[in-house]
Amino acid sequence: MSDNEKIDHDNEVELVAFRVEKQEFCVNIMSVREIRGWTTESVLPLAPEFVRGVINLRGSVVPIVDLATRLGLETPEPTARHVIIITQVGEQVVGLLVDAVSDILTTLNDKIQPTPDVASAMAKEFVRGVLPLEDRMINLIELNTVLPDDFLQEAAA
Amino acid sequence: MDPMLELRQTFFQECEELLVELESGLMAMDDGSAVEDTVHAVFRAVHSIKGGAGAFALDDLVKFAHIFETTLDEVRTERMEATPDVMSVMLRSTDVLSDLVRAAREGESVDQERSQVLIDELAALSGVSTEPQEPSEDEVNFAPVLLDFDLGDDDDDDNAEADSTDAVNAETDNAEDAEAKKSFIINFRPKPELYANANEASLLLRDLARFGDVDATCDVSQVPDLDGLDPEGAYLAWTINVTTTEDKEALSDVFDFVDGDCDLEIVSGSEDAVIAADDGENAEPNAEANTEAEAETAAGASEENDTEDNAEEDVIPAAEAEEPAIALVEEESEAPSQKSEPTEAVEAAAPAPAAGQKSAEAATGGAKTAGAAPATVRVDLGRVDRLINLVGELVINQAMLAQCAIDAGMARESGVESGLEELKHLTRDIQESVMAIRAQPVRTLFQRMSRIVREAASATGKSVRLVTDGEMTEVDKTVVERLADPLTHMIRNAVDHGLESTEKREATGKSAQGEVHLSAAHRSGRVVIEVTDDGAGINRDRVKQIAIDKQLISEDAVLSDSEIDNLIFLPGFSTVEQVSNLSGRGVGMDVVKRAIQALGGKITISSKPGKGSVFSISLPLTLAILDGMVVEIAGQTLVVPLTAIIETLKPDASDIHTIGSDAQVISIRGDFIPLVDIGSTMKYRKVTADPTKGVVLSVETDAGERCALMVDAIHDQRQVVIKSLEENYGTVPGVAAATILGDGRIALILDVDGIIANTSEAPSYQETPLAAVG
Repeated sequence: MSDNEKIDHDNEVELVAFRVEKQEFCVNIMSVREIRGWTTESVLPLAPEFVRGVINLRGSVVPIVDLATRLGLETPEPTARHVIIITQVGEQVVGLLVDAVSDILTTLNDKIQPTPDVASAMAKEFVRGVLPLEDRMINLIELNTVLPDDFLQEAAA
Repeated sequence: MDPMLELRQTFFQECEELLVELESGLMAMDDGSAVEDTVHAVFRAVHSIKGGAGAFALDDLVKFAHIFETTLDEVRTERMEATPDVMSVMLRSTDVLSDLVRAAREGESVDQERSQVLIDELAALSGVSTEPQEPSEDEVNFAPVLLDFDLGDDDDDDNAEADSTDAVNAETDNAEDAEAKKSFIINFRPKPELYANANEASLLLRDLARFGDVDATCDVSQVPDLDGLDPEGAYLAWTINVTTTEDKEALSDVFDFVDGDCDLEIVSGSEDAVIAADDGENAEPNAEANTEAEAETAAGASEENDTEDNAEEDVIPAAEAEEPAIALVEEESEAPSQKSEPTEAVEAAAPAPAAGQKSAEAATGGAKTAGAAPATVRVDLGRVDRLINLVGELVINQAMLAQCAIDAGMARESGVESGLEELKHLTRDIQESVMAIRAQPVRTLFQRMSRIVREAASATGKSVRLVTDGEMTEVDKTVVERLADPLTHMIRNAVDHGLESTEKREATGKSAQGEVHLSAAHRSGRVVIEVTDDGAGINRDRVKQIAIDKQLISEDAVLSDSEIDNLIFLPGFSTVEQVSNLSGRGVGMDVVKRAIQALGGKITISSKPGKGSVFSISLPLTLAILDGMVVEIAGQTLVVPLTAIIETLKPDASDIHTIGSDAQVISIRGDFIPLVDIGSTMKYRKVTADPTKGVVLSVETDAGERCALMVDAIHDQRQVVIKSLEENYGTVPGVAAATILGDGRIALILDVDGIIANTSEAPSYQETPLAAVG
């Protein structure tokens, strides 16, 4: 009995779901530090296109990644309604610019399905799996590839 | 962390401090500015190092410190005069001692030969008196009764009589037995700390057996029932009868390293001493004074006595107890030495042997401690840095709040404005105070330099005097640390290359002794450190010739004097043909210059032939803050470090010239300087801006290259707090770091060198369509 409980607990996963250009994505809540409204970034020169710039997060310099650009979606200029999800990837703190946070989901790992084998390079590279929810499909983002460990390599490319 | 390792670290930290104290004391004695207490402070420093080293079984260190201490004791007791020769040996001994400390810390081997040479010299000095060291008389005002007992010396008897104490008669009797075997009764009760510090009572007893017949009785009365037994407690005590030819001090030396960790009493077992002990009831201070005098290391003995005598314990409140791990307060008191330290203080000190030694030292060294050392607290540097960061946030937040209040139109009402103004002042004050925590006087750095001068002088056979000035000038800790290497190099250079040989000096009518002047001062928000020598100055013809020989400049180059002087900063330049073991270690002044620049500093040189040279280093007070010019480029706010900027100007169209298809140069007073549009090199905009509509910053790179940077407007000139960009992102070419402006937004700090390198060495940036000139 206690074994069952334990398995259930291990299997449980909490996800933060958000929208980017009408598609739904999610990340593990454990990698989310905070969620804040959009503020103007300072542009970083010679940076990859998807790096919008840097913002001041209580004294730390935090780079902002425009997830729409990164995922190859259309990118309108952000407005005050946009949201920045501050995530921790390894040692780095990075902000993700998204349209809106929609939900906090509690689900089981079992329910996450492998990414369907589609032709989209974006899906192969950045989506770790998909989660069916009612009649929606939520893409679980692979943060490590969205935010490469070493921005420098990207910047130099 | 392993507690032993931690103690070890504490010990070495203290050694550093003690060595500084030691050296400054000796220097003061050398130049005659010493006060009476100085010699005691010096002695105590060596003694504390010895004590701590003993606890960690650093035998080399103990051995050297012991002989050093012995010789110092001669000076301390005024049996040996502190002549310049003596002081020179002392100072060199300090160098060896600090080498030994370093070697012990790093686990390296030591130059045995060198320390042996000094051991011999020290022994020769102290060898004047062959008898074991006696305690100083100025330490205690009573007759050193039991001492005379060893020496049987008439002179001392006179002294004793002069003091006319009760003990005089006893002492005279003792003197007659001088060479005979004597017996002592030692009451030895270890405290748990003794075992915790890895000492072992049985080894001490075995040690005592070396002296002669030992009859030890173990007192087991304190051993509790098994239920109440603390496995790490200490319950046994010994009463030991020793019959020996050695004197009491030799016996107490056995207990040197458990000093403070045990209750110890050594009483002469002879009849006379018994009398003295009986007298103790009436003449307690007297008996104690003797104990003190006999064994300045056996602080435990006096402490025991102190504890017994409550009246005395009250003399100095226990509140003065020194907390060794946190703060070391050297309490000064004019009270007689036997009343110096309550037992509690020593117990508090016990966990850290080195620290314990120090407080025990304060007890035995007595009232006459050297100038009161200010109370200090050891704090982990990480905590300070965190605090500095937070205060930086506070300043920014305050500025934002003020802006909000103005925007909301409530600034003029309800006292908000004055409240905010006050907040602003407070936050600035806090920021300054917090920054001051990291600040350190350059004194320690300067003292290291005096050793460098000594070594350089003896290696070159020159007679050199180092004069320092402004030692209390405070600079950021990191700056002080990272300044050590370049400064060492400059001082060596000054002695080796700057000063002439003694004969040459005399021939030119200068004093035989060369002088190197090291000074530090605050000047308009920066620290200026100058190394001045009164040598021959820079031989400009030779410098130029060498630069030509090494193909650093072309043969027909016409250079001003200062340009020639600055040639020595070029990489690959070294004026001395043969590599001396002093300064010519393959590192030239270019390395010095780079190190200084890495600290955000500048180095300049001025030289007068025949008069000497001045090397002047100008440094920021802290590495966390930078003076910058806030500029705007293509709608972005950026900061250009002020150190790089030579001048700003608004160019005329006639000053701008184009070379080839896109490269532009600007003419500034006849010099053509490449013009760089930061906006396009950093890809902020696709089209090169019109230089005449903006402002041009004339900048100089670390390598001395000049360049003109185009910006749209200059907003402000201010100090900015440096923030890392690498932490969450990575390095960006042309950007040194980031900072947060008053409005809470991030501004990038430009790396001028990087920008110029980008434009001149990496043409790929210009070939990309974005950066193309339209």
